[in-house]
Amino acid sequence: MEMPPPNAAILARKVELIQKLSQVLPSDAIISDEAETRAYECDALTAYRCPPMLAVLPRSTEEVAGVLRICHEMGVPVVPRGAGTSLAGGALPTADCVILGVARISAVLETDYDNRIIRVQTGRTNLSVSGAVEAEEFFYAPDPSSQLACAIAGNIAMNSGGAHCLKYGVTTNNLMGVTLVMMDGTVVEIGGAHLDAGGLDLLGVICGSEGQLGVVTEATLRILRKPEGARPVLIAFDSNEVAGACVSDIIKAGVLPVAIEFMDRPCIEACEAFAKAGYPMCEALLIIEVEGAEAEIVHQLRLIAEIARRHNPVELREARDADEAARIWLGRKSAFGAMGQINDYMCLDGTIPVSALPLVLRRIGEMSDEFGLKVANVFHAGDGNMHPLILFDANKPGDLELCEAFGAEILKLCVEVGGCLTGEHGVGIEKRDLMLHQYGVGDIEAQLRVKDVFDPKWLLNPAKVFPLSTTEARRGAVLAAE
Amino acid sequence: MMTPQTEAELAEIVAGAEGSLRIQGGGTRGIAGAGEGLSTAKLSGVTLYEPGSLTLVVQAGTPVAEVEALLASEGQQLAFEPMDHRGLMGTSGVPTMGGVFAANVSGPRRIQAGAARDFLLGVRFVDGRGEVLRNGGRVMKNVTGYDLVKLMAGAHGTLGVLSEVSLKVLPVPEVVSTLTVSGCDLAQGIAVLSAALGSPFDVTGAAYDPAAQVAYVRLQGFADSVAYRAGQLTKALARFGEVELVEESASLWQGIRDVSALAGQAGDVWRISVKPSDAVTLIPSLGAVRTFCDWGGGLVWALMPAGSDLRAKMKVPGHATLVRGEGQARFHPEPAPLAAISAGLRAQFDPRGILNPGLMR
Repeated sequence: MEMPPPNAAILARKVELIQKLSQVLPSDAIISDEAETRAYECDALTAYRCPPMLAVLPRSTEEVAGVLRICHEMGVPVVPRGAGTSLAGGALPTADCVILGVARISAVLETDYDNRIIRVQTGRTNLSVSGAVEAEEFFYAPDPSSQLACAIAGNIAMNSGGAHCLKYGVTTNNLMGVTLVMMDGTVVEIGGAHLDAGGLDLLGVICGSEGQLGVVTEATLRILRKPEGARPVLIAFDSNEVAGACVSDIIKAGVLPVAIEFMDRPCIEACEAFAKAGYPMCEALLIIEVEGAEAEIVHQLRLIAEIARRHNPVELREARDADEAARIWLGRKSAFGAMGQINDYMCLDGTIPVSALPLVLRRIGEMSDEFGLKVANVFHAGDGNMHPLILFDANKPGDLELCEAFGAEILKLCVEVGGCLTGEHGVGIEKRDLMLHQYGVGDIEAQLRVKDVFDPKWLLNPAKVFPLSTTEARRGAVLAAE
Repeated sequence: MMTPQTEAELAEIVAGAEGSLRIQGGGTRGIAGAGEGLSTAKLSGVTLYEPGSLTLVVQAGTPVAEVEALLASEGQQLAFEPMDHRGLMGTSGVPTMGGVFAANVSGPRRIQAGAARDFLLGVRFVDGRGEVLRNGGRVMKNVTGYDLVKLMAGAHGTLGVLSEVSLKVLPVPEVVSTLTVSGCDLAQGIAVLSAALGSPFDVTGAAYDPAAQVAYVRLQGFADSVAYRAGQLTKALARFGEVELVEESASLWQGIRDVSALAGQAGDVWRISVKPSDAVTLIPSLGAVRTFCDWGGGLVWALMPAGSDLRAKMKVPGHATLVRGEGQARFHPEPAPLAAISAGLRAQFDPRGILNPGLMR
């Protein structure tokens, strides 16, 4: 993956930068030692690594503003970082950048149950937002798999989803306001405890902008009362196509489960070996969760069972108690860990119309044979958000490149059938060079113009999201001017 | 009025425009501007409908009624319940899907299911240069590049003229029931709505009528489930006043959606978005002729004597839109740094400043 070469003029001013930063930050907030900056050399896309010039860990919005103002004046690129769990390289540094980590800004500022909101600093982890309101039986809905570790800042940057967004939506649908620090150090408040923007929907464009428009330090989030209950059902099929058709029929019938998860045979086998959840050995498995009042759960599960039986499932297992429910989820929740035990893998995130599931699964199978690399599929089927895991051997020369080429073909297929490159992980560096398969040059240009407004010098996370060739002139203009 | 029949024609008109353009769909929402009229009403038709994927793609000028009828034939609906402005505005014409999204029009279910912008999956539009652009797509989850879809929703045509929209639809609930709680003053009324929305019973509508002193709480879904939840909520809300169950109450919510309480009366109509609990102090401070609350109190409709400056009386955070009336800015003035960003975006998308100029600032 190509990254722009570091700017020697910036590297030459490292000492001056540290000296200026120490005027706005305590000394323990500036990490300049080479051994220590190494901790920030990558995120969860570990195939790519590059230690930053510096890392800073401010403790307040004011400190963030101070850092950005100085970097803006000196023309230093800044890569914002939440918890570093991006699967797309969203927090990958360049050698001439400052990593701005928000991990130390993590307080709960306000909880308001009457108005159903929580205001937090964005270094707070996703799960601990729900944790803060759990005693009152409330929760924060978006639930990415990394929710134990990932920060709200990163969730907002990537517009993260999760297994339950079929019902509750993704981050953008649950985000009501932000405190945003612009690259020049200006602090702006957008939205708040009221619904919908008065003017242009700036909140909507900031969410999912991968840290390229500003640094969000505080967020007002919608919280919801927990439903009375939830129950999963596990349905096994002897073909991927039939499982896909069943998903479509359930949705068409007017049932709206909170989650419909799909696993194929390679994934089931790996999870079973790892977690021993007692899954049936079959070609495709659906885990469908419904929630609400007991009457609602019973009714929905009955409808789902009726529809599933028309597709001749090899097994249909309803959870009779909490223990069985936990076992049904156990394998799915350990899927990524299980795959990691047996292999290196690359996790894709393309999203397709639900109607295209059977076709795409078949084509991925065929391509798997062509490339000679195995694929395990585990994904959010209800909204068509695929997660093919391509297995490769990082120690085998050429295997990573082969895997990336295979991944690119899968993502192009997702676009061809009417879908997109990424449903919830973000573009980062991983899918950057495929953007022109999704969008025309003019469509990309329109997005770049948005960044021109927020960050005219192109200093915030500048080498991400868009093919380098499309942003070169903008990034270059700044370098030339320095 | 120019009425292009294709997206290419639309692009040609915008590219060749020599002065300002007043963009509209069916012209029912009372967005008056200066310039030559440009309507998308003839860009009409369904491009794609996949009930099993909950997705619909339509051209911008497609009538809302046509879409609602098509969806109803498959037991689906627009869950964000776009308001029909004609009664309140005293307009005629045919509301279009493009107009719904350009104005981000959402009804009572916005509090539970989301706003129009939350259901918009993708857009095609013509920017102020006359270039055809697209963003988003037709899948439920999409974080590929910047979300210009949200930016276009509610931009009222100032960043581009929508030519096609793709959206998420949802199943029609089997049953609609409503609990009414009578004899509540404003503070109690908002407290009823907060209690209902903070319950685990999946409330899909929460409105309060200060004139009648009645709170309305809507439940939707499968019959057994609605009956159970209505029973539980009746118990929970009894401390606030007399609770009654109204079954088959879809038309009641259509009236709430269309703000029929304020229709047909002289004066200015304001739409105010605030933190729900702030409605309690806001409403008495306005000196309004008539008010109505939706969204648990977070959406306040106010009928004011013509020409009165409601914003000057508003002491709580939020924003107020002058929906019907003359002589004042339609949209709430933005704080300076946000106004600068908005102006910057308009300059990028519409460098000549010809699309509904001045409407949003």
